[in-house]
Amino acid sequence: MEPVGAPGAPEQSALSVVGHPLPKVDAWAKVAGETKYADDLTLPRMAYAKILRARHPHARIRGVDTSRAATLPGVYAVVTGRDFPPIKYGIMPVSQDEEPLCVDRVRFVGDPVAAVAAVDEETAERAMHLIEVEYEPLPALMAIDQALRDGTPRIHEYGDGHNIHKLVSLEFGDVEAGFREADLVREDVFFFEGNTHLPMEQHAAVAQGGPDGKLTLWSSTQTPHYVHRTLARVLGLPMSRIRVIATPNGGGFGGKSDPFQHEIVVCRLAQLTGRPVKVTLTREEVFYTHRGRHPVLMWIKTGVRRDGAILALHFRSYLDGGAYGSYGVASTFYTGALQTVTYKVPRYKFEGCRVFTNKPPCGPKRGHGTPQPRFALEAHLDKIAEDLSLDPAEMRRRHAVDEHTKTVNHLTITTSGLRACIDRVVEASGWRDKFRKLPFGRGVGFAASSYISGAGLPVYWNDLPHSGVMLKIDRGGGVAAFCGSIDIGQGSDSVLAYVVAEVLGIRPEDIRVVTADTDLTPVDLGSYSSRVTLMTGNAAKEAAEKLRGLLLDAAAKKLEVSPAALEARDRRIFVRDDPSRGLAFDEAARLAEAAYGTLVAAGSYTPPKRAAKFKGAGVGPTPAYSYTACVVELQVDPETGEIRIDRVWIAHDGGTAINPLLVEGQVEGSVYMGLGEALMEEQVFRHGLHKIPSMLEYKSPTTLETPEMTTLLVQTRDPEGPYGAKEAGQGPLLPVIPAVANAVYDAVGVRIDEVPITPEKILTALDLRTQGRPRRVGPDRLPPVRFPEPVRVPPPWVDPEGRASTAVHGPERPRP
Amino acid sequence: MRSLITLRVNGERHEAAVPVHKTLLEVLREDLGFTGTKHGCELGECGTCTVLVDGAPVLSCLVLPVECEDAEILTVEGMAGPDGLHPLQRAFAELGAAQCGYCTPGILLTAKALLDSRPRPTRDEIRATLVGNLCRCTGYSKILDAVELAAGRMAGAR
Repeated sequence: MEPVGAPGAPEQSALSVVGHPLPKVDAWAKVAGETKYADDLTLPRMAYAKILRARHPHARIRGVDTSRAATLPGVYAVVTGRDFPPIKYGIMPVSQDEEPLCVDRVRFVGDPVAAVAAVDEETAERAMHLIEVEYEPLPALMAIDQALRDGTPRIHEYGDGHNIHKLVSLEFGDVEAGFREADLVREDVFFFEGNTHLPMEQHAAVAQGGPDGKLTLWSSTQTPHYVHRTLARVLGLPMSRIRVIATPNGGGFGGKSDPFQHEIVVCRLAQLTGRPVKVTLTREEVFYTHRGRHPVLMWIKTGVRRDGAILALHFRSYLDGGAYGSYGVASTFYTGALQTVTYKVPRYKFEGCRVFTNKPPCGPKRGHGTPQPRFALEAHLDKIAEDLSLDPAEMRRRHAVDEHTKTVNHLTITTSGLRACIDRVVEASGWRDKFRKLPFGRGVGFAASSYISGAGLPVYWNDLPHSGVMLKIDRGGGVAAFCGSIDIGQGSDSVLAYVVAEVLGIRPEDIRVVTADTDLTPVDLGSYSSRVTLMTGNAAKEAAEKLRGLLLDAAAKKLEVSPAALEARDRRIFVRDDPSRGLAFDEAARLAEAAYGTLVAAGSYTPPKRAAKFKGAGVGPTPAYSYTACVVELQVDPETGEIRIDRVWIAHDGGTAINPLLVEGQVEGSVYMGLGEALMEEQVFRHGLHKIPSMLEYKSPTTLETPEMTTLLVQTRDPEGPYGAKEAGQGPLLPVIPAVANAVYDAVGVRIDEVPITPEKILTALDLRTQGRPRRVGPDRLPPVRFPEPVRVPPPWVDPEGRASTAVHGPERPRP
Repeated sequence: MRSLITLRVNGERHEAAVPVHKTLLEVLREDLGFTGTKHGCELGECGTCTVLVDGAPVLSCLVLPVECEDAEILTVEGMAGPDGLHPLQRAFAELGAAQCGYCTPGILLTAKALLDSRPRPTRDEIRATLVGNLCRCTGYSKILDAVELAAGRMAGAR
């Protein structure tokens, strides 16, 4: 294990690749337009597929007549749900509720019902319109309250109650005791409207069957391994007969993480037609395919001491899940799990509920289940700081978690650069000169956050590594690196090359990466949960170190020194104390091959097993948490309610930056996406229909709405990550949204407890202010959900194993 | 109904027999193999499919090939010259301005049209020019940096 260092890229100056701002290894192909995304693929005799989707939000299927479509010239095949084995699937083992095509029931507008393969896309579309579906409409349940009402139809037969997909109730320590001790107890209610990923690339997939009965799928997916497993299950084929190749994703953000119907459908159509079949979703279909941010209503109650120390926190979340399970069980737990990782929380109670409605299913979007509660908690703490007349940044800094501790809900914190992050943004933004000091209409807001560097557990239970890397050296010194990870723009191909190059003492351009091909590459679980840099990086390091050992041994014999005296760098292996004595990398490789045979090695990574024993403990653990702090400065026009963001200062502790340029890029992209969610992005529905399923009307920030940003990297060196790296792709989004809300309050003195913060809401709040009424826009009531008695889990300082306890509350033992 | 059209793309003459209603985007990608031009909406909303027609950025999803028969069309595949990549392409690669890379061709071409007419634009002018090109990955910061870097290098080389 490497020593834990202080912030600031410690003792890494000896590294020649890691820590340097190099171009991405796939950048050249991308700027030349040579990268082949899924829709760029064309195969001989290829057919084109179109999918007929439900026009009702909720209906029984009485019958599907495909006869007219099937006889249209140019049509090769038409399929319905009955052309698949009656097997349901879903990304989570506990939510197997999806079908390749709906058989008896459709549950949202956009639910797939039938599909066509034809000579071209136009013919396929014409045939699709000739399919006749007879529906028996059912009441459409478009909101949580409506879905929970007695007498409404159940959208699924499984779950924890009437249209309740999941109920969670956990208590760590005695929160009521904490409230009794508190100097101030405050309650607030918040709402975070749903929004979607909006990747620039629409999902696309190409399937090809072979005469040997094998099937290949190319798809813009973030999770080729999970797609591989699902195809085997749904098509009734052994996994060994299926090859899934993930093509470079034109943006993912979580939206390409589920196994999708269109992927399964093109496989079946390829089997039936004996032709390759391609499908490319239209932009409208992408909006309905969704799996994006859950709308979440939240209630939060906190008891604090006069100095802002949290004594107890009780948090409730109500998730509008849409029509299917997707990742929803994990999303539900995530709304509660990470509330304890940023500031010290000695007693914590979490109640969560996910409800089925007749809307496109929600799932993981950048930050998965945590931006909503982060918005609630950080806006709530801003109010508490004001109640206590404390500086909100200083209050948080004082109570930030300590490094190498455990949280009340049994999460293990390794490094934390949170205090340094707070100091950096406070300093850079001139916070102390601005907070509550700017003229009316201008304001600053502060928030902080933390996020996982990879989920500690896979989505299905197994004991296998989470990431594997295989390396091969050829006789010219070229290195091929094979890994199941998929580049979605975050730079995973590059991180793989950088780590291997660093260990072997060569350059990233000497390495060819072969990724995300289930026939050729060892499994990596996918590009989600900010897991790739840490997990693939560790696997790559292990594989490269094995090869390096062979090269050094062979070189040491030739040079007649001990391997320990050698160093690999600049494409040479040489004596550290006398660099003139050495061998070229390729010569060392040939010597090693002569001595040990073909030069291959594999490395794999499994996260530390840290989950506690209670049910639900699997969501939240990670090898390491990242930390972020953010200040937003903005202007609010009191006449129009419009917000202009002037500047964002953000400091991120993502551990050691394997490439600081790419880390900055992830932070800046997160700031941008957070601003979009804070100010304008929302999925809203009318009569079951998405109101704005287009890129023009679904507003997202352009160059004009996106402000200048000051990105500051706080580089802790985490013992768990490769060279000390943690994550950067998701965490930095989290504090941006509440920082905007808090800045709006600083600017015009109104609380908008609801995201997005639109001009309309600001004007409403300003009107209330003029009328002398509470200056707030936001929800004020909660759905009638009865949470069960909580599972009580003693804190780790009482029971290190974290077993659920039957006792109501044991004797309080103070946190050490 | 198909008609025979002739297009000049990246300095080369191409013929194709295509249905008359097919868009320039579709003909470039599907009939001529210029898959470097991407699509994000096919409704003229996202800027992803931008190509240059006689040096001016157009949304190829909203243009019919017959409108371009006498014109010079430039796609991302035609940006590199005999000396290698265009300075914009190099700057985008070096600064990490292409993350997923999907919006990159359209942004490179829009930026090229800007630099061809205004060699040293201000940052605000670059912002204003790229307003019609959505990017979901970068937050635009590195893109603006890369256009500035390329403009500086091109001015230096003149």
